[in-house]
Amino acid sequence: MALAITLDFTLRQGGFLLEIRERIETDALALVGPSGAGKTSVLETVAGLRRPESGEIRLGDRVLFSSARGIDLPPRERAVGYVPQDALLFPHMDVRRNILYGARHGGALPLDRVLAMLEIAPLIDRRIARLSGGERQRVALARALMASPSLLLLDEPLSALDPSLRWRIVPYLQRIRDELRMPMICASHDPAFVRAVASVALQLDHGRVVGFGAPALLDMAP
Amino acid sequence: MSAEIWQITWFTLIVALGATIVMLPPGIALAWLLARRRFPGKTLLDTVTSLPLVMPPVATGLILLYLFSRLGPIGSLLALGGVGIVFTWKAVVLAMATMGFPLLVRTARTGFEQVQVRYEQMAATLGAGPWRVFFTVTLPLAARTVLAGALLAFSRAIGEFGATIMVAGSIPGRTRTLALAIFSETEIGHNRQAALLLGVSVVIAFVAVAISNALIHRRPDEAAG
Repeated sequence: MALAITLDFTLRQGGFLLEIRERIETDALALVGPSGAGKTSVLETVAGLRRPESGEIRLGDRVLFSSARGIDLPPRERAVGYVPQDALLFPHMDVRRNILYGARHGGALPLDRVLAMLEIAPLIDRRIARLSGGERQRVALARALMASPSLLLLDEPLSALDPSLRWRIVPYLQRIRDELRMPMICASHDPAFVRAVASVALQLDHGRVVGFGAPALLDMAP
Repeated sequence: MSAEIWQITWFTLIVALGATIVMLPPGIALAWLLARRRFPGKTLLDTVTSLPLVMPPVATGLILLYLFSRLGPIGSLLALGGVGIVFTWKAVVLAMATMGFPLLVRTARTGFEQVQVRYEQMAATLGAGPWRVFFTVTLPLAARTVLAGALLAFSRAIGEFGATIMVAGSIPGRTRTLALAIFSETEIGHNRQAALLLGVSVVIAFVAVAISNALIHRRPDEAAG
């Protein structure tokens, strides 16, 4: 489902300056660019884990951050699901407790549907240490989905995976996009992956937007 | 073993356990504050907490005596409520808790510092408020170290002597712990009794160290869960 995402902010971190002024209506936005371009910083700023110096972040008409209006919603109130590069599953909980950690009563997706869609039902009683990289990624996706976010943020979904198995994650992301109609922002430096998942791409370099358009049109050479 | 030795051993174990339980909530809270928050007076608070580690225990005991005697600032307030502390078992708990507290706080603080903030952030993005984050993520991930700190404080409490004798005395059957009894019995030439008490102390220390080592050397993935 297309969502109007307003990313209009300045973030300063030490010597690094990130400036982005975009309003994008999309069901799946890709952030592309070399490492150090600021992709993760954008995701973490939207999630509320980094605080911009100034500007505004909106999802539809919901304001997550606005320096002019003095709004800065804490992460727990943003309803933004974040799946970091290393999945960051809670190591002291099994798969079930991880997935249900943020599950909301009422309005949530049924657990069975999420498990079936991501094909992780057989893993439900496993310990986190016993999961493969791809399984971890899918469990982290399920955990984020069960919190019924209004937007999903994915950081380099391919990077933690074994090269020969990388592409297996793509159909799951397509299902989340098309069946659940869950809008997403996805950071990646892999052009083929971006073309498969995203409808629009924003190219970043050294904290600035250097390109914007359909994924196929962008020059995504590193 | 004589009934007296049993009584002293039980008394020591129970007051030391009581002291550990009493210091756990404030100790954990303070350790977390020192590990995770910046606030004015943090360095001072950190220093004051560690004082009992470096001061002569007898001096710490004297401070407690001043504070908690019936004329002292805290003792007089408690006396209004009919509660007397000094030279009772409560004074033993107080002395043990004061002396063990810095060990608990310093160890638990390291534990909290080792918990990756990113796990806590992840819990927050999943809708958890600060208390839920603490009790479901931070504390369980630091649990092993916090427990090791509690055990260290407990062991310190078992052996407490200097502060206890100042604030609680060494009253047989009422405030006399293992350490105090070893001293008292040796002083009056009851060497056999002292040796038995010494044996009990060694056994307790041995068990405590064994548990502590087990906690520290357990593999991380066994610890989780």
